[in-house]
Amino acid sequence: MDTHLLSIITFVPAFAALILAVFLRGDDAAAGRNAKWLAFITTTVTFVISLFVLFEFDPSNTDFQFVDEADWLLGLKYRLGVDGISILFVMLTTFMMPLVIAASWNVEHRVKEYMIAFLLLETLMLGVFMALDLVLFYLFFEAGLIPMFLIIGIWGGKERIYASFKFFLYTFLGSVLMLVAMVAMFTEAGTTCIGGCEVSLLTHNFASDNFELLGIQIIGGMQTLMFLAFFASFAVKMPMWPVHTWLPDAHVQAPTAGSVVLAAILLKMGGYGFLRFSLPMFPVGAEVMTPLILWMSAIAIVYTSLVALVQQDMKKLIAYSSVAHMGFVTMGIFAGNQQGVDGAIFQMISHGFISGALFLSVGVIYDRMHTRDIDAYGGLVNRMPAYALVFMFFTMANVGLPGTSGFVGEFLTLMGTFQVNTWVAAVATTGVIFSAAYALWLYRRVVMGDLIKESLKAITDLTSRERWIIAPLVAMTLILGVYPALVLDMIGPSVTALVENYDMALEAADTAVQTADASH
Amino acid sequence: MISADLNIILPEIVLAVFALLGLLAAVYTNKDGAAGVLVWLTAALMVLLAGWVAMSGDGSTNIAFHGMFIDDGFARFAKVAILLSAAAVLVMSKSYMSLRGLLRFEYPMLVALAVVGMMMMVSAGDLMALYMGLELQSLALYVVASLRRDSVKSTEAGLKYFVLGALSSGLLLYGASLVYGYAGTTLFAGIITTAQTGGTSLGLLFGLVFLISGLAFKVSAVPFHMWTPDVYEGAPTPIAAFFATAPKMAAMALFARVMHDAFGQIVSDWSQIVALLSLLSMFLGGIAAIGQTNIKRLMAFSSIAHMGYALMGLAAGTAFGVQAMLVYMAIYVTMNLGTFAFILLMQKDGAPITDITSLHMYAKAAPGRALAMLVLLFSLAGVPPMLGFFGKFYVLRAAYDAGMTWLAVAGVIASVIGAYYYLRIVFYMYFGEERSESLDNQNGGVLTVVLMASALIMVVGVANMFGVESMAAAAAASLVN
Repeated sequence: MDTHLLSIITFVPAFAALILAVFLRGDDAAAGRNAKWLAFITTTVTFVISLFVLFEFDPSNTDFQFVDEADWLLGLKYRLGVDGISILFVMLTTFMMPLVIAASWNVEHRVKEYMIAFLLLETLMLGVFMALDLVLFYLFFEAGLIPMFLIIGIWGGKERIYASFKFFLYTFLGSVLMLVAMVAMFTEAGTTCIGGCEVSLLTHNFASDNFELLGIQIIGGMQTLMFLAFFASFAVKMPMWPVHTWLPDAHVQAPTAGSVVLAAILLKMGGYGFLRFSLPMFPVGAEVMTPLILWMSAIAIVYTSLVALVQQDMKKLIAYSSVAHMGFVTMGIFAGNQQGVDGAIFQMISHGFISGALFLSVGVIYDRMHTRDIDAYGGLVNRMPAYALVFMFFTMANVGLPGTSGFVGEFLTLMGTFQVNTWVAAVATTGVIFSAAYALWLYRRVVMGDLIKESLKAITDLTSRERWIIAPLVAMTLILGVYPALVLDMIGPSVTALVENYDMALEAADTAVQTADASH
Repeated sequence: MISADLNIILPEIVLAVFALLGLLAAVYTNKDGAAGVLVWLTAALMVLLAGWVAMSGDGSTNIAFHGMFIDDGFARFAKVAILLSAAAVLVMSKSYMSLRGLLRFEYPMLVALAVVGMMMMVSAGDLMALYMGLELQSLALYVVASLRRDSVKSTEAGLKYFVLGALSSGLLLYGASLVYGYAGTTLFAGIITTAQTGGTSLGLLFGLVFLISGLAFKVSAVPFHMWTPDVYEGAPTPIAAFFATAPKMAAMALFARVMHDAFGQIVSDWSQIVALLSLLSMFLGGIAAIGQTNIKRLMAFSSIAHMGYALMGLAAGTAFGVQAMLVYMAIYVTMNLGTFAFILLMQKDGAPITDITSLHMYAKAAPGRALAMLVLLFSLAGVPPMLGFFGKFYVLRAAYDAGMTWLAVAGVIASVIGAYYYLRIVFYMYFGEERSESLDNQNGGVLTVVLMASALIMVVGVANMFGVESMAAAAAASLVN
């Protein structure tokens, strides 16, 4: 199928950003309003075009579809395409961006630059999920740091400088090691094509013979080293415990829309990376590291839930809860079976809606009171009944109440993990209880009780703009909670292929080791 | 025979004759009054010569004066880069120099003579020709470094540069004499037949080490970098811009020329030395720049770090390594031209400012320039999608292919350290506090054009690098075979 649809989706936002940069003049309110409308219309149009892709997409075909290809430098290729795994992330991105823009309607400080940054960010995020060339992927993956660095640094809170530098340097350090591994893959496999070419990385067998490096026996050899290099990047991006510390800072200091993008989309790049690269390309390396990663995930779930329990800052609390939820994702992915991977993808999509909505909810009261301190609130239900309802709904979804999408993801990942490692699953399940504790306690302190604080007496309920932003998120959370097949049917065949290839690669490696032993 | 030789060296002759005629003419006319015209003339001539050099030769290798002078694809690539960057610097410096009474007619002539020296360097096929080109370049550079005669710092810069430069020339000469003693010839073509793997004498290796020390001084690689920050800081900004571009390209090309043409058979003997130079330069350049508040000193350390990356390509010792090095240098020169154009634009009440804290909220005062600088800074840091990333990608690949994974890993870690100080400038420009007094927002003319063009190249070049990639590949193939 020869189509440029994916390129169009990817570059429409960047094109709009260019128009804004070149043609929009002036600093006044009118210019700001034009910038907002242009950004909103562009992101909406992008969403509509991506819907075409979704309807035309054939889930039963596990190959890459809508492939768009052109030659590039150094024998690299500009190559975009989607399969069952990536299409949902593309949809998540295009779906969230109009909401993000709408949530930024009250930005008044350098509106034009703000919108340019978000539009560029959308292009880069979409590129990450569609790129079918290693270097192209890295390009989009890293470039996303620049607009996010500026968003946190320019429009962030009091500690924005510290947070932006920490965000940038932390994630940059993580990904440069991946760059070296990519160079190594390029040389070993002779191609940078991820999948669907004559020679592609997904089908290449990277060497997995043990060897000794600096006196240490490396089990899984080359594959383990490459896996670790990619792991350094994706684990930071995800973020996994113990390299999660940049996230709470970045979340707290970022403007509301920045937090939403960060939680809903940027964090998913790590999980997507694991699924696209780590698991299928370095199966032996993945198997070697699996026990460690499963336990790290379990620790992340319990530990960050406990940390969330004592937070005074609402955004920080939700940030820690995000780390815990991402723990379920890594756990599911590295369980390496159908339920686990299905659940991980589902959890990522659902967390995109739920955490996005939670940050939006915090944004709503932050806009009114200009504080995120939990103690500054209490009894909001008296003045803001609609808000109380919405916040209640997403708190429950975050906890994983059956009927919301949060439940499906957690349940599937736990089920997948249980088959692989019962103890990890058991520990992770206690994390679910903790998450109920911090989420409900947060809700009680902010919303319930009597409205005794003077400053809150004049607070107003959700405006119609806020209602319109949150409504689609409520709808998606409910629909996916009640009818998860919507997502699972989409990803099913691709995940099955992924898991089968993973198992086959491991078996092949085992037989290779056995024949080598027998011949000795 | 002679006429054929002269034909090959004609571009150099034209530029040298032009420089001498310019000196003569200026002496007989009203001297400095003609300087402005001369600057433009020199720049125009350099651009013309660049075009000529690029068109001539069509991929062939021409040898003149019995192998003393080599005109191959590699030399032509380097010459075009040198000529174009020198022309750009001349054009950029005119208004700055004339405003401060520094626009003497000697200035464009000295630059032209330095460029002749550089062209000689990259074409050298003999240790004597190498030294001649190197000294012609260096002597001209010593003088332009101290062009601001009444400034203590500028004089100091010139003197420091001269003393240390003389020392390094001494090292180089000593090395050359050792090589001559043990190889029996000064011709690269002769040295390479003597220097075979396994059969290399200790004296030749000593000579090689001294040669490398001398060359490392010229590219300002650690531990021969001490002069760089002081000279950059002391010299007038346009001169610092010149130091950061054309001579670096020339010295790097010369480095590659000597290593491959004369010692190409014993790659394993020198590649470790070069790898160590590269490693030290990347880390020292990155770490030392963190504490700098003077943007010229900061750029000096930045250039040291960048030389480290370029040397990484050279350390690989392969044709692809040379290609990577050439691509890296071409990108580096383009980035630095833009960055120095920005530094030249930093003025308050007409006086040049070099303190980076003066950039507080520059993005508000001049959004276009700040954005261009932002692009350049991220490109210098090697963050995709800017072109600077591809330079790094090339050298990393060259290093990995040559089995130097440790160097590649060290290089990317150093690049994270380096990213910090580039981000710090972004921080001042975009996140700083509002100040009542800010930098002048004068119409920069040429400077703005160079700044914008350089930033644009960093973004648009990602599509196909304007064909530089294939040119560099051809150039590298002509050097290494």
